[in-house]
Order: sequence, then C-alpha cells, then structure tokens
Amino acid sequence: MVEKRGAGLWLTHVFMILGVLVIFFPIWLAFVASTVTQPEIVRPPMPLWPGDQFWENYSAALFSGVNVPVSTMLINSLVMAIGIAVGKIVISLLSAFAIVYFRFPGRNIFFWMIFLTLMLPVEVRIVPTYEVVAGFGMLNSYSGLIFPLIASATATFLFRQFFLTIPDELAEAARVDGASPMRFFWDIVVPMSRTNVAALFVILFIYGWNQYLWPLLITTDPEMNTIVMGIKQMFPSGDDVADWPVIMATSILAMIPPVIVVVGMQRLFIRGLVDSEK
Amino acid sequence: MEKRVTFRGWMLPALLIAPQVIISAVFFFYPAGQAIWQSLFIPDPFGLSSQFVGLGNFEFLLTDRFYRASFLTTAVFSILVTLCSMIPALFLAVIADRLIKGSGVYRTLLIWPYAVAPAVAGVLWLFMFNTRVGVVSWYLGNLGYDWNHVLNGGEAMGLVVVASAWGRISYNFLFFFAALQAVPRSVIEAAAIDGARFWTRFWTIVLPLLSPTTFFLLVVNVVYSFFETFGVIHTITAGGPQQSTTILVYKVFSDGFVGQDLGSSSAQSVILLIVVGLLTIIQFKFIEKRVHY
Repeated sequence: MVEKRGAGLWLTHVFMILGVLVIFFPIWLAFVASTVTQPEIVRPPMPLWPGDQFWENYSAALFSGVNVPVSTMLINSLVMAIGIAVGKIVISLLSAFAIVYFRFPGRNIFFWMIFLTLMLPVEVRIVPTYEVVAGFGMLNSYSGLIFPLIASATATFLFRQFFLTIPDELAEAARVDGASPMRFFWDIVVPMSRTNVAALFVILFIYGWNQYLWPLLITTDPEMNTIVMGIKQMFPSGDDVADWPVIMATSILAMIPPVIVVVGMQRLFIRGLVDSEK
Repeated sequence: MEKRVTFRGWMLPALLIAPQVIISAVFFFYPAGQAIWQSLFIPDPFGLSSQFVGLGNFEFLLTDRFYRASFLTTAVFSILVTLCSMIPALFLAVIADRLIKGSGVYRTLLIWPYAVAPAVAGVLWLFMFNTRVGVVSWYLGNLGYDWNHVLNGGEAMGLVVVASAWGRISYNFLFFFAALQAVPRSVIEAAAIDGARFWTRFWTIVLPLLSPTTFFLLVVNVVYSFFETFGVIHTITAGGPQQSTTILVYKVFSDGFVGQDLGSSSAQSVILLIVVGLLTIIQFKFIEKRVHY
C-alpha cells in the first residue's frame, strides 16, 4: 500500500466512522423509540438515548400488538421466507439437473420458458396473478404467499452455470459404475452444490422476508399478515396518534432475523450476492 | 456450453423439470398472458362484460396527463435513487479500501441496512421526518425550516428517494469494495512512483477500472428503483401529495386494486413489461461483453 501516513490514516478512520454513524442513525433512533414511553415521543424532541421501557414495549408488541400479536406475524414471515427459499432451491436444483444432464425433446423450449420468467417481477403482473391465486382459493394461506414468488428462474440459472463446471469425468465414472441418474444427483451433484445452496438460501431468505406488495394484497386476514407488511397496518387511519413505541419495537423485530442471517453468514451472503447478480 | 456426458431417457428429465414448468405456467405465463389480453379490453362499470378496444387503452394512457406525469416522476425518482445510493457507496468503498486493518468491521456494520426491508426503511424514515413527532423535522423547524412532506411534493420526493437509497448504499458498497480490492496494487504503486497523487490515481486508473462494476450497478439500481421501492412509497406517501410520488409500479397497483380499472392497469403492466425487457437486454448485452474481459 502506498501513502500510509499517520494523519491520513486517522482522517480515513474518522470519515469511515462518520459514514457508519450517518447510515446507522435511523436504526438507532428506531431502537431508542422502542425503549421509551409514548408521551416522551409525542412531545418532541424525543430523547436520543434509550429509556427503560424495553420489556414493556417489546412484550406489548410480541404478545398483543395492534391488530394481531407480532409473534404471529413473525411466524408467518418465517414460514413464507423459508418456504420461498427452500421451494425455489429444490425446484431449481431438479430442473437445472434435467437441463444440463439430459438430452430430451423440447429441452431448449423449456430452457427459454424458464429464462423468460427472469424478466417479469411479480409487481408487474399483480392483478392477473391475484386472480389466479383467488381462483385456487389460496388467499390468506401460506401456499398463496409462497408459490407465486418461486416462479422465477434466477436460481435455475445459477445452478445451471455451476453444474456446467462439474467435471465430465464424474458423470462418466458414475455411468460406468452403473449408477442411476438420481443416484448421481444425490451422491455427487447435491453434495458438490452445498456452498451454492447455502449462499442462495441467504439471498432468497432475505428476498422472501422483505416482500411487501404481495402479502399486502393476498392476506386480508390479520392472522396471516407478515411482519413487514403488518407494520403499516399498525398505523391508525385518520387523525389518531400512532402507538410509536410499539410500532418501532415491531420494526426492530422485523429487521432482526434478516440482519442475523446477513451478518452471521456474511461470507456466504456476499458470495451469493455476487453469484446471483452476475 | 453443453455437457459431453449425458444420461439417456426422457421420462425422468420431464419429471424433474415438471415442478418448475408447472409453477411457471400457472403463476407466470398464464397471468402474464392475461395481463396482455386484458389490456385490449375495457370492462363495463359493473364488471359484467368487457368491450374489445384494441390498443385503445394504450392510446389513452400515452395521451393521459397523469400517466405521462407518472413516467416523468419515475424517471426523476430512479435517477435520484441511483445517484444517491452509488455516490456515497463509492466514497465509503474508496475510504475503506485505504484501510488495511478494520475494514472488515466497517463492512459488517455497513451491510446492516441491506437486510432492512424497503417497507421497514420507509417506516424508519417516516418516523424521523414525521410532521408531528419526527426528530429531524423538529430540529429543521427550530432552524426555521418548515418541513411538511404531506403537503409539499418536492419534500415528499426527497424523503422517498433518501429512504429508498439508504439500504442500497450497503449493496453498492459491497460491490464497489470488492471491485476496488481487485484493482492490481502494482498499477497503483507504479503510478505513485511516477508521482501521481491520490486523486490523480483515482480519476485516471481506479475509476476506469471500476467502470464494468459501475455500469452493472447502474442497471441494477435502476431496476431496483422501478420495482422494489413500492414498499417505501406505500408506507411514506402512498403516492401523494397530488400524485407527486406515484411511480409507474405504484400506479399499476392504485389503478388496478384501488381504482379497479383493470384494462388500464393491465396496459400499464404491459408497458412496464417492455421497459423491464429493455433493461434486461441491456444487462445481458453487458454481461456478454464482460465475458471477453
């Protein structure tokens, strides 16, 4: 490294810390708001240091909430996020295996069909997708939350790219030894894809957890709300004052699981990000 | 690229590929086809029958004052979000790259906001700028500036831009940081020996080497601001005041679900589909180019 002088290094750290503080400020403020009383917030300015109402606010949010206990919404979000991540990974592993390791009629047509789904996020086709889901009677259900969001091809592409790098000798050896394709899949392809699967899981978990528009449309029953869309439902309509401490406690609870996943699996996360986007 | 060694048979692969094809057909192709089909009709006010109007919905949209305004709003919004998320990210990444020790700690702290859902980010920023209880709006008031994003369209736009860009800074930072770490040290050192100072090196060597990453991030951030910012806008402004923050995706939602104007909403979906298609082509053209690097 060139130019490592004392003053410059200090200045670099100062800039970095300032940057982190600015970026962190909204989260800090939400945390502070979740530990003080309502009167302290509605008489501005609110304090900038945490108060002593942590347990009161968080237990109020978790066990009674506004429309529905936040613990229910957390479970719904968890089911949805894990369902989307696992569902997408499973169907993509299978279809990528079929596309890479078999020659069958219509293979290219299927490949392009899957490819096309890359192009259209759910936001664009909400009205007709809503009608389909309503037609199946899947409104207010986990399957309605999960299935429309796994109809996308990013994961299939990622696995296809990866399978193409698996040495041909392995498949050849498996064939010579008389292993069936599925045996080869379970004993060789799946174990080799472990890192990719884990990295993709992190990305898809965040994607599923952070969904907003789709749960907003199809979960009219508060019992089925996910936490990310449920926060907005906690604001009163009209001129009533929002219950800020509970809403902010819910916001903090809504970001904890994805933050744990991202920070805890940082290496996998960054790898998944770079793989799935490029 | 193709595999040399493959397995025989067509039953098994058909079975393997079936789940994805069925899910794509039911939840993707059928709805997408429906969107295109419905865009050619105008349903009557009671939803009992609909009349074929050909491209009438599109003609109406393209001459509609509100739709054109929404296009302009989307353009302004996505340009601002892209700039406000990329420039600070590049700045932070350049600083972090100068550190040998400690950059890991900063990186861990900086990726937090990425995990925060856009809708939650919206709530956090709404809380800071709330006209009644917001801390920032209170201090602004003390400084003599009367912040009110509920009435002022420009302030509303500023707030949704900042709230949308906030989480993206983390994302862009990660990509810029990885790209900066990949810049060969020998090139930098050679330039330093030749007497090039930090900023000269940055403009003439580092920035050009970052251009593939920068271009990639440009496209990705534009796509993000088109589609994934719905949560931010819905929580903070709900498209208002006077539609000043109604971006195209928000309009598809508000016309289709709130206004129940299915023909127009579907036509808007089709127009968005074309926009996404173009963006995707640009992205893939770019990836193809990258392969030759």
